[in-house]
Amino acid sequence: MRALIAEVDRAGLTGRGGAGFPTARKLAAVAAGHAPVVIGNGTEGEPASAKDKVLMARSPHLVLDGAVLAAQMVGASQVVIVAHRDVRDILGRAAAERRRARLDQVRVTIRTAADRFVAGQASAVVRWIEHGVPAPTAMPSRLSDRGLGGRPTLVQNVETLAHLALIARYGAQWFRSVGTPAEPGSMLVTVVGAVREPGVLEIAIGTPADQVLDLAGGPAGPLQALLLGGYFGVWADAAQAVGRPFSAAGLAGFGAEPGAGLIAPLPVGACGLAETARVVRYLAGESAGQCGPCRFGLPAVASELERVAAGRTAGLGLLRRWLGQVDGRGGCAHPSGAVRLVRSALRTFGAELSQHAAGLCGGTAQALPVPSPGPR
Amino acid sequence: MRARLRVDFIACKGRGLCVEALPELITLDDWGFPIVSGRPVPPLLVPDARETVRACPLLALRLERVVR
Repeated sequence: MRALIAEVDRAGLTGRGGAGFPTARKLAAVAAGHAPVVIGNGTEGEPASAKDKVLMARSPHLVLDGAVLAAQMVGASQVVIVAHRDVRDILGRAAAERRRARLDQVRVTIRTAADRFVAGQASAVVRWIEHGVPAPTAMPSRLSDRGLGGRPTLVQNVETLAHLALIARYGAQWFRSVGTPAEPGSMLVTVVGAVREPGVLEIAIGTPADQVLDLAGGPAGPLQALLLGGYFGVWADAAQAVGRPFSAAGLAGFGAEPGAGLIAPLPVGACGLAETARVVRYLAGESAGQCGPCRFGLPAVASELERVAAGRTAGLGLLRRWLGQVDGRGGCAHPSGAVRLVRSALRTFGAELSQHAAGLCGGTAQALPVPSPGPR
Repeated sequence: MRARLRVDFIACKGRGLCVEALPELITLDDWGFPIVSGRPVPPLLVPDARETVRACPLLALRLERVVR
């Protein structure tokens, strides 16, 4: 199995959940520990993203193949797949088929994921399985040292596990036949917003953004900006971004990365500031509420951004102050991710601030899917 | 020892003892939670920083060795 970890290393596979950490390094770290556990993370808490759900619904056995392989690679006897509730039963049936066929040597269980944005963070997934609490924990140690039940724990996004299974079948060279030398392979992306056929696509990493939009039926009218990566991502001017390769290298100039693979074009008829305010209000509501700066700061940021978007731009100074006071000050990436999104909105739509102050913004179209707040 | 202060924001409830004990290095944000700089604590203040870490009733403040 050491040879297979080396093959994954040669393939250059990185985590497809958003952080992009080299998979082989994570595998090796967990393999070094005693009695490890493997968790397949199919929480997909990001409301605009559907790629993990589509993958689990279409190819549940590929995900399970990858999870079981990962378990063999690190010496684990237990696999837990945490699946979004929409696809939980599909995975449950697939796991039952494998049990009947006595296919796997490891025990595979399927758990329904918590339906919350923060629930997908690796430490939150562990805490959800263990205690039923979908919130991140302070991490005195790495999960690869101490995770589920105190055991070394490999948490991999389900798409990463699917790639792992394919690398085991076809090899590193096959995997590297698409993508770029520095960022090999393919990735699943979710295209939402102003395209004719929103949905999930598999692209070679580094495919230019305009080609990705064309694969999604093409832009539904003129575009002003693209949201790249996810709701923790970055807005970029459409004219500058469309020709750029969708890869870490291609998006670095915008301070963006492919992240969880979201591309959301904003049509000319929508207001980027108002759309961002809607997303940030949602993110504020999705805070686990454990950390003060996130719990109190994000609603404050959302309110101030709503006022700015409504034309009361006097609060911009306060907004910037609060962004500084929220950034980096939590037990997980939630507050920093929201700050990053707002800062990119102020950069990208900054030229419109004077129009907002003059009451000239007429953008009303809603382009981004944001769940309405409701009882949980 | 080069060390810096770090807040465990999940444990911190904003009681504010640390700010009173070590105003040289800790300020408050607009919601009453401590802001510490990520820079190493000046050697002269390390004993005070240690004392402040011990004074936190929620064990939310830590003095971490700077590894480089």
